[in-house]
Amino acid sequence: MGAKLFGASVRRTEDPRFLRGDGRYVDDIKLPGMLHAAFVRSPHAHARIVSVKTAGAGRLPGVIHAFSFADLERWMKPLPLFGAIPPGLAARVAVTMKQVPQLAMGRDRVLFVGEIVAMVLAESRALAEDGAELVEVAYAPLPVVTDMVAGAEAEAPVLHPEWGDNVAVFFQTGFGDADAAFSTAEVTVRQRFDIQRYVGMPIETRGVVAQWDARDGSLTTWNGTQVVHFVQQGLAAALGLPSHKIRVIAPDVGGGFGTKANGYPEDLLIPAAAIAARRPVKWTEDRREHMMAAAHARHQVHDIEIAARRDGTMLAVRDRIWLDLGAYNSWGIVLPYNTVAHLLGPHRVPNLRIECRGVVTNKTPNAPYRGAGRPETVFAMDRIVDCLARELSMDPADLRRRNYLSEADLPYEIDLPYRDGNRLVYDSGDFKAGLEAALAAVGYDALRAEQQELRAQGVYRGIGLSGYVEGTAIGPYEGATVRLDAAGRAVVATGACSQGQGHETSFAQIAADALGIPLDWVTVVGGDTAAIPFGVGTFASRSAVNAGSSIHVAAGRVRDKLVAAAGALLEAAPADIEIADGAVSVRGAPATSIPLGRLIQAAIPTFAKPGVASPDFEATVYHHQPTVTYTSAVHVAQVEVDTGTGAVKLLRYLVAHDCGRLINPLIVEGQIHGGVAQGVGGALLEELVYDEQGQLLTGTFMDYLVPTSMELPPIETVHLEYPSTRNPLGVKGVGEGGAISPPAAIANAVEDALAPFNVRVTRTPLGPSVVLGLLEGAKKQ
Amino acid sequence: MKPAPFEYVAAESAGEAVEALGRFGDEAKVLAGGQSLIPMMALRLARPSALVDINRCRDLEGLAESGGTLTMGALARQRDLERWSVARSPLFREVLAAVAHAPIRNRGTVVGNIVHGDPASELPALLLCLDGSVTTRGRAGERTIPADKLYLAPLTTSLAAEELATTARFTLPPAGSGWGFAEVARRHGDFALVGCIAVLALDGAGSVSHARLGFFGVGGTPLRSAAGESVLVGREPTAARRLEAARAAASALSPDGDIHASAAYRKTVAAVLAERVLAAALDRCGKPA
Repeated sequence: MGAKLFGASVRRTEDPRFLRGDGRYVDDIKLPGMLHAAFVRSPHAHARIVSVKTAGAGRLPGVIHAFSFADLERWMKPLPLFGAIPPGLAARVAVTMKQVPQLAMGRDRVLFVGEIVAMVLAESRALAEDGAELVEVAYAPLPVVTDMVAGAEAEAPVLHPEWGDNVAVFFQTGFGDADAAFSTAEVTVRQRFDIQRYVGMPIETRGVVAQWDARDGSLTTWNGTQVVHFVQQGLAAALGLPSHKIRVIAPDVGGGFGTKANGYPEDLLIPAAAIAARRPVKWTEDRREHMMAAAHARHQVHDIEIAARRDGTMLAVRDRIWLDLGAYNSWGIVLPYNTVAHLLGPHRVPNLRIECRGVVTNKTPNAPYRGAGRPETVFAMDRIVDCLARELSMDPADLRRRNYLSEADLPYEIDLPYRDGNRLVYDSGDFKAGLEAALAAVGYDALRAEQQELRAQGVYRGIGLSGYVEGTAIGPYEGATVRLDAAGRAVVATGACSQGQGHETSFAQIAADALGIPLDWVTVVGGDTAAIPFGVGTFASRSAVNAGSSIHVAAGRVRDKLVAAAGALLEAAPADIEIADGAVSVRGAPATSIPLGRLIQAAIPTFAKPGVASPDFEATVYHHQPTVTYTSAVHVAQVEVDTGTGAVKLLRYLVAHDCGRLINPLIVEGQIHGGVAQGVGGALLEELVYDEQGQLLTGTFMDYLVPTSMELPPIETVHLEYPSTRNPLGVKGVGEGGAISPPAAIANAVEDALAPFNVRVTRTPLGPSVVLGLLEGAKKQ
Repeated sequence: MKPAPFEYVAAESAGEAVEALGRFGDEAKVLAGGQSLIPMMALRLARPSALVDINRCRDLEGLAESGGTLTMGALARQRDLERWSVARSPLFREVLAAVAHAPIRNRGTVVGNIVHGDPASELPALLLCLDGSVTTRGRAGERTIPADKLYLAPLTTSLAAEELATTARFTLPPAGSGWGFAEVARRHGDFALVGCIAVLALDGAGSVSHARLGFFGVGGTPLRSAAGESVLVGREPTAARRLEAARAAASALSPDGDIHASAAYRKTVAAVLAERVLAAALDRCGKPA
């Protein structure tokens, strides 16, 4: 590899259009004759639908159609299900799993506030909303389940009667003999932790536009999704069309975070409406719809205990886990098993016993969100590690030093299968070195000294640590086609869609290096099923590894063809051909240099001669990624707590991380900054609050509080590079990591700040009312 | 999130606006900055049948300081007041910095904020602490409502539906007085969970000659604490007395709880902030405002 652009902090080539407001999003699509959709959504968390009357809406001037389930029944196939149990996992872990397909529109029951029961099409969105108010729906309310722990019990009302209970996923797993280790351990600590419901809030809400072409029976739909090919497959199944008649385009997408990798009713309802109405239809999700009906995330309870020797050596962990899945279980094993597979992280723990329950409740369905089970499980582990440190009167950094794995331990196997069914083997990294790098960069010893001095003055500062090891870049594949035009300019088409990750820059860096052309000769196309027939999509920190590897290999093959053609034309051995900056020459003979375009034109057939190469300077590669590659990081938070008001101020935040070889450090840092910001939201601000009737109390940005730049300190980063052994680029995923550790690190820092008061932090977000409550609770003891 | 249908009237003068409000009665709302009203309409929580837009009313513009009184028309933006405060009043400057964010202050009006009557908003509490008033025009003519007669309940003032608030007045603190301002909000710019404003002036003997202690976010309306002020007036504001005043003030409060803070939290922290702002105010006494 030339390694000219790879590794360089190239400025993002997509940014000028974003910064000028010239991005083109779904809502920017305007088609002649386009109708606008609005939905009637359930105000009840659980109810039987007695009747839906749309006639009143249909009479409103400007309303063209009002549909209930019955009107669209022919297309109302179940939405796609994800998260089947792979054979390798099934062989080791006995999982009881129940999945019930969700319908795009409530037929006879609704299971959460916001579930769709009718759709209105009108000449404008405002008129469609007026029409939606005139749809009369009669409901018979049913008993509501909101608490995941109580909801898992036998006496709870049941959401899906055919299941018999609300436990959608149940398994026990582990290794070694945890019970024996606990019974003889010198020290054990146990605590229950609650991680709240919160989710990413993309600046751009979701949106779908669909256009049906009756002439050739083809459908084009623009959808702000992370997974265009999944949307295409779902539509092919529901509409009974061949995939090549369905084109799904994700144009510029303003943030995804996993929320947009979910399968949604509107993905189907808007195309179905366009077919039924014979007119293009647009739906732009408004923020209220987004809050109540776009996928939610997080929300777990851990009853965790740890056993150790007095010197801090960890012996065993036992954890009982509950996950709130919301009303359906469309993600199957994904969230429960991700949680379990990431519990131990960087720690060497010889014995583990787990009991895990995924429970359905009458709330918005949950889906993976940046971290997908890892922030919760890391919270439980890093909190119990700090509780152990307190019990042992050890510095939390020293306790981690004693138990973190180092490079000499790798590859290291945790005796569980990974979620993809393969063995869980950490491929590369040095977690102890990451810890030391973080402590050194933050000036840990100086912070501890400062803490002591300030305490004497009544100023309470705390330092919190959290570390994780994350399986990134789940396979099985992503593809890329690299294709040159006659001038030697390249198009890179891939199934990986960008929602702000900078693919147009980082993928171009990989392709330009491999081809020997300038960066601005490369155009990256993602998010269009017409550009490449197979794709998986962008989620799970997977695109750099999966798509990046495909681009690298495919571009290399195109280069090989160029080299062969140049060798023939310049009468040189292929090994002597050099391609750089878009020109071809014979090594050591700069006078032979010709532009790539001239080479291509000289190589292809003419009327006079067959040429030395066919004009397809093109290659398609589907890189196979059988299992994940492991990134790791240590986060350090420093906070100051106002003991009069409970207000927590985040003073410093540092991330020392390994994501393998860096393609573009600027983009990597951007990913970390964004992830940390969302993690800070989870630590201090964000919570989707429901009341006991299953009503969402945080339905606007007045009550659902995302952090702004005012709440964030500068985020410091330290890059460690331990190349992955599992792909040709040596890269690992970095998209999610920033969001994993902040809740744990900040909670540890708050508890550390308040150590003189002996409080124990067991939940997030740590708003001032919660923190003052901790202080008052501690005073009373 | 599109508003329900409504009629729209663009008034060219205060008189036209008052006439239009009279015509629609309590079905109409005045549109000034729109920073609270428009989101509520988009959520269809507010469904006025008509909006009377006063943004073209030149006679409602202006902000002027004269003889210790600061007067502003209904179109003075919060940002206008903030600009004035930079050279003239650190108290106003600090309060304005806590009012939402710059883009909102660019559009939102001071008078609109005051008559919206959000109990957790800063400016209504400041109006109370600075003995302010609001002047209104209706079909029956003009009247001036002192701040302590303005607020009745959350988002409810003593303005009649067809009255237009044309002017707000603040009496600037006496020379040599000190001030303190503090609030706890979940984020910078959010409505306060608890907020407190104090103004103190001392006589030659070091006793308190003028005391204002105001709260926001801890009741159905912004509040001035007679209980807290009376502990201080005519006495030396020692640390013990300030603490007594803060506690007396907080114990008279009966806030509600919500998802962001319990009632008990608000009451406890009201005392904490009151003590802090009184200390800050005393510290500033006698220094240039």
